[in-house]
Amino acid sequence: MSIREVYADNNATTMTAPEVLESMQPFFTRLYGNPSSMHQFGGQVKKHIDRARAQVAALLGAQPSEIIFTSCGTESDNAAIRGVLAATPDKRHIITSRVEHPAVKNVFQYLGQSGYRVSELSVDREGRLDLDELREVLSDDTALVSLMWANNETGVLFPVEQAAVMARAAGAVFHCDAVQAAGKIPIDLGGSSIDLLSISGHKLHAPKGVGVLYVRKGTHFSPWLLGGHQELGRRAGTENVPGIVGLGRACELARECIDAENTTVRALRDRLEKSLLDRAIDASVNGDTAGRLPNTANISFKYIEGESILLLLSEAGIAASSGSACTSGSLEPSHVLRAMGVPFTRVHGSVRFSLSRYTTAEDVDYIVENMLRIERRLRELSPFGRDELPPQAG
Amino acid sequence: MWDYTDKVKEHFMNPRNVGDIPDADAVGEAGSLACGDQMKLMLKIDGNEVITDAKFQTFGCGSAVASASALTEMIIGKTLSEAEKITNRDIADYLGGLPAEKMHCSVMGHEALEAAVLNYRGVSAQEAAAGKKQIVCECFGVTAEEIERVARDNALRKIEDVTNYTKAGGGCRQCHGRIQEILDRIAPQAAPAAAQPAAAKLTNIQKMKLIEQTFENEIRPMLKADGGDIELIDVDGDRVVVSLRGMCSSCASSSFTLKKYIEPKLKEFVSPALYVEEVKP
Repeated sequence: MSIREVYADNNATTMTAPEVLESMQPFFTRLYGNPSSMHQFGGQVKKHIDRARAQVAALLGAQPSEIIFTSCGTESDNAAIRGVLAATPDKRHIITSRVEHPAVKNVFQYLGQSGYRVSELSVDREGRLDLDELREVLSDDTALVSLMWANNETGVLFPVEQAAVMARAAGAVFHCDAVQAAGKIPIDLGGSSIDLLSISGHKLHAPKGVGVLYVRKGTHFSPWLLGGHQELGRRAGTENVPGIVGLGRACELARECIDAENTTVRALRDRLEKSLLDRAIDASVNGDTAGRLPNTANISFKYIEGESILLLLSEAGIAASSGSACTSGSLEPSHVLRAMGVPFTRVHGSVRFSLSRYTTAEDVDYIVENMLRIERRLRELSPFGRDELPPQAG
Repeated sequence: MWDYTDKVKEHFMNPRNVGDIPDADAVGEAGSLACGDQMKLMLKIDGNEVITDAKFQTFGCGSAVASASALTEMIIGKTLSEAEKITNRDIADYLGGLPAEKMHCSVMGHEALEAAVLNYRGVSAQEAAAGKKQIVCECFGVTAEEIERVARDNALRKIEDVTNYTKAGGGCRQCHGRIQEILDRIAPQAAPAAAQPAAAKLTNIQKMKLIEQTFENEIRPMLKADGGDIELIDVDGDRVVVSLRGMCSSCASSSFTLKKYIEPKLKEFVSPALYVEEVKP
């Protein structure tokens, strides 16, 4: 009986923009040649890849030659971390944070089991990084520092540009997972000390199956995928031409929309958050409200459980996600919220709403009304906090 | 998304018997807020020990709510001794099954019922706890007695299954050795019918052949690319003992290879019940 669909899970994936889809269409049945071919049929495709490379570089403030196309954000993260370490075999210390995406977290865990010394930087109650802690652990032996720009669960921003300066001063390479940040906040790599940076197409309205690894000119880096000479020998494999063209177009659109992202989308997110905090029985925000992505709201509802919330939201046609243990596929609730020290009573009831430029004010109001109804309903089921329940209407 | 049966969804969307019995004759609680689910069960019991009413309150996921709802439907009208015979498996079956990772929800329902019956018989929570104070899993507070009972009722063989059913071993993993001891102790008495159907049909010789075949086709080519090899040492029921050779034998990530690559391949091509152990050459 779902009446309407409201998609509020844009940190998980986004709709491919119609303009992006349109830009990709010719590359399936007409311009399907292999850009590495000698003949004109394939060769003519290459200029479209070059254009996409320039479009991506423009969004990131980078040189086109510093852009390598990959298959996804996870590949970019793996290639960056392993590629740097393969090129600096003498150093055995690596640094990351406790709240990274699994695409970085699990690579570091694996490297730790393989003999690397791993430092994991902690975060405070608001999810913020302490740069003094980074300064303390950096040493001559540090090969790599990998920190995310924006957290996927809370949207909290790390001061990666300052961290990159510190890493460089210590002689370490700096990688940044910017999968959530790209397209939502301005990025200017030309003016930064960041050496490598990962982005993913499907988080910024390009399709799934295409990503980017930025590698600053002069960075020591060994390619991870070996094979053909594609991407100047830095990433073998025939190019995903439609995906790459689409990602280029998506980056162009993101440049045009980045102001709206930080005004219109931010206003909608703030409206969603304020309405829920004002009207819910007991709700609180997770993450530093002063330094966050404009589209993300991570809200904990006390004494009710995340999976139940998502099931009832879904019944109302609303897509969101949760840090609850029961939605993770394991028994462990969100490692991000736990690293922040969010109490269990709130972790299990956390819901992440992530908006996009396609979200409307009506969508937000629809989410608020349904979420309040669901909170009330699940609180009536819950054995906890029953004395806080407002009296039944009617 | 979890693959819930229609009956689970229906009980979640329209839970039966939610609420309070202020003058309940028995109250039982199970789970905890910190673990992510908690249930409170209240019963009215008449002079003939018949459960005339049951109400519940649950903090938890969809299947936790559905399990509690199903339990109340199952016990109303039954005598206490009939109700005591209900196992967590019966609750799951009533709902048309639960995903393996969610079986602990049915266990929580069963525990709440057990606690309520003890409460009715005048055994306080502390006394009941004292009777089974041997906690195995410190993270989730699961006792040896509970692990043993659930493992028997559901013919569990693997630590992973115990975790899915009771949560024990799902945190710091330090208790895995003790869980294995319990499983080893009760293994001969577990119902053979519960073994994986694919494995049950294979003789040991057939199983070994299939394992060798899987090594040859699926595993060796990958290991050889890294200068390694694998040898089958023994097959004992579902336990496959192997030895890694060449580069693999000294590789720091060999246990990773074993659990993340070799074991899944054997589960896929031979039998989902198999698990792999390594002996050093």
